[in-house]
Amino acid sequence: MKEVNLTELEAAFQAKIDSEVRIEPKDWMPERYRKTLIRQISQHAHSEIVGMLPEGNWITRAPNLRRKQVLLAKVQDEGGHGQYLYSAMETLGHSRQQSMDDLISGKAKYSSIFNYPTLTWADIGAVGWLVDGAAIMNQVALCRTSYGPYARAMVRICKEESFHQRQGFEIMCVLMKGSEEQRAMAQDAMNRFWWPALMMFGPSDADSTNSEESLKWRIKRHTNDELRQSFIDATVPQAELIGLTIPDKDLKWNEARGHYDYGQIDWNEFKQVVSGHGPCNTERIAARKKAEEDGKWVREAAMAYAEKKKARKAS
Amino acid sequence: MSALNTYILRIADDSLILGQRLSELCGHGPAIEEDIALTNVALDLIGQATSLYEYAAEIQNGGKTSDDLAFLRLEHQYLNTLLVEQPNGDFGMTIVRQWLFDTFRLPFYEALQQSKDAQIAGIAEKALKETRYHWRHSSEWVIRLGDGTEESHYRVQEALNFLYKYVDELFYMDDIDKEMIEKGIGVDLESLRPAFNERLKHVLEASTLSMPAYEWKLKGGRVGRHTEHLGHILTELQYMQRAYPNLQW
Ligand SMILES: [Fe+2]
Ligand SMILES: [Fe+2]
Repeated sequence: MKEVNLTELEAAFQAKIDSEVRIEPKDWMPERYRKTLIRQISQHAHSEIVGMLPEGNWITRAPNLRRKQVLLAKVQDEGGHGQYLYSAMETLGHSRQQSMDDLISGKAKYSSIFNYPTLTWADIGAVGWLVDGAAIMNQVALCRTSYGPYARAMVRICKEESFHQRQGFEIMCVLMKGSEEQRAMAQDAMNRFWWPALMMFGPSDADSTNSEESLKWRIKRHTNDELRQSFIDATVPQAELIGLTIPDKDLKWNEARGHYDYGQIDWNEFKQVVSGHGPCNTERIAARKKAEEDGKWVREAAMAYAEKKKARKAS
Repeated sequence: MSALNTYILRIADDSLILGQRLSELCGHGPAIEEDIALTNVALDLIGQATSLYEYAAEIQNGGKTSDDLAFLRLEHQYLNTLLVEQPNGDFGMTIVRQWLFDTFRLPFYEALQQSKDAQIAGIAEKALKETRYHWRHSSEWVIRLGDGTEESHYRVQEALNFLYKYVDELFYMDDIDKEMIEKGIGVDLESLRPAFNERLKHVLEASTLSMPAYEWKLKGGRVGRHTEHLGHILTELQYMQRAYPNLQW
């Protein structure tokens, strides 16, 4: 009897998905759908929060007042994105604390790109342009994802991300119009961030384990390779426009496909970074852990005060 | 340098250096909400500094830009108070520093709005709105932490005990101020003390914290004599402008 019900529920659920009805927190959903979403949204939220670190690295050294303000506002936006996403995740019955603990213990993942260092000011341009640019490709698709709270969070986030992408590109434009040193700085950032940016879309479709189910449930709308291709097609002309060279000998326009062909991604590097051995994994987790631990007494005090206030009101 | 110019730089430098200090914390706050809130304060302060430097550059009329003033002076040419250059320490230290500063800035901007210099009055009016929010935020935290747990109470009391010696310098006045007051441009800081003390007392009571028992004071920032910290702040702040002079970013 129970089994029949489950099959019926699943069929009804899939029918909703197929007719583009959004799934809401109180609706029945398969356990695996819930788990997949918790994993994906928390991973996404962590990426926003950890992503504050490489860019935050340059706030105190931003070259002028305007850039300092723009960068502060940008990194602050990313914190806001994390906040929306943790809230969306909480609607699935997973607590923020649990999620933070998983990040610090290394159990939860975040985007591999943030394990690369920001070494020069040009990296701030490259991150905004390429990393936020790659993120947008993913996120625009996610605005129509099947889970309501996630989709709505994405709509808010996307508006800000495209702003970040333009600001990053603008930093690169100014550098490319500048001195020889500045142009070299921009090209060096491009050289270091191009391939890691392509890796942001995840393993190629042939090797992607979660793809098929996610597509069926419309958590995902496009495959990793499709999104990667869109990103490359959109970005190459921008690079050419300002005189940056893409560090890929095999990159060329394929008239027949109507897309750029590109070279082999170093998936070994990707695996290494994802499994915790990138240039900054240890530092990023250590920074999050420190913030979490340093903030413990503050959060405890806030809670204790709220309790006292409530008790006083009651009496 | 004219008195007006010095007067503006003193206000601007307070905002810039405190904004720079708060910027160090972006991404490292005790909770995301607080990270965002403190970054907001940093943004407002750097915005205030920018408007003031722009005005100072305009009246200097020597071809300098607001960025030149913010980034390319020598250590002894920065005129901020010692309070704002103190390290962030723990969150208690950060918030007490902010609260003391906001408690001063609130009546200061209220009064500065009446300045006969229209530009300064305009900047003060906008900054006052921001400062009201900063002050509410920082004093709420002082109360929460003071009346929170034993540990938080101890930590903020320690922070207050450490920082209190820098409070008096907020009211520092010299010939520059005299001239500005006479011209109706500047504020008589002495006249702000009652409002400042009243606000301080109110929050201290609510937070169960006590006023530090000592009377001694430190000063020097307003005339360019700083603590060891400022040099390091400037090393970071000025890095790009010093390493790559005369470029556009
Ligand atoms: Fe974001
Ligand atoms: Fe972004």
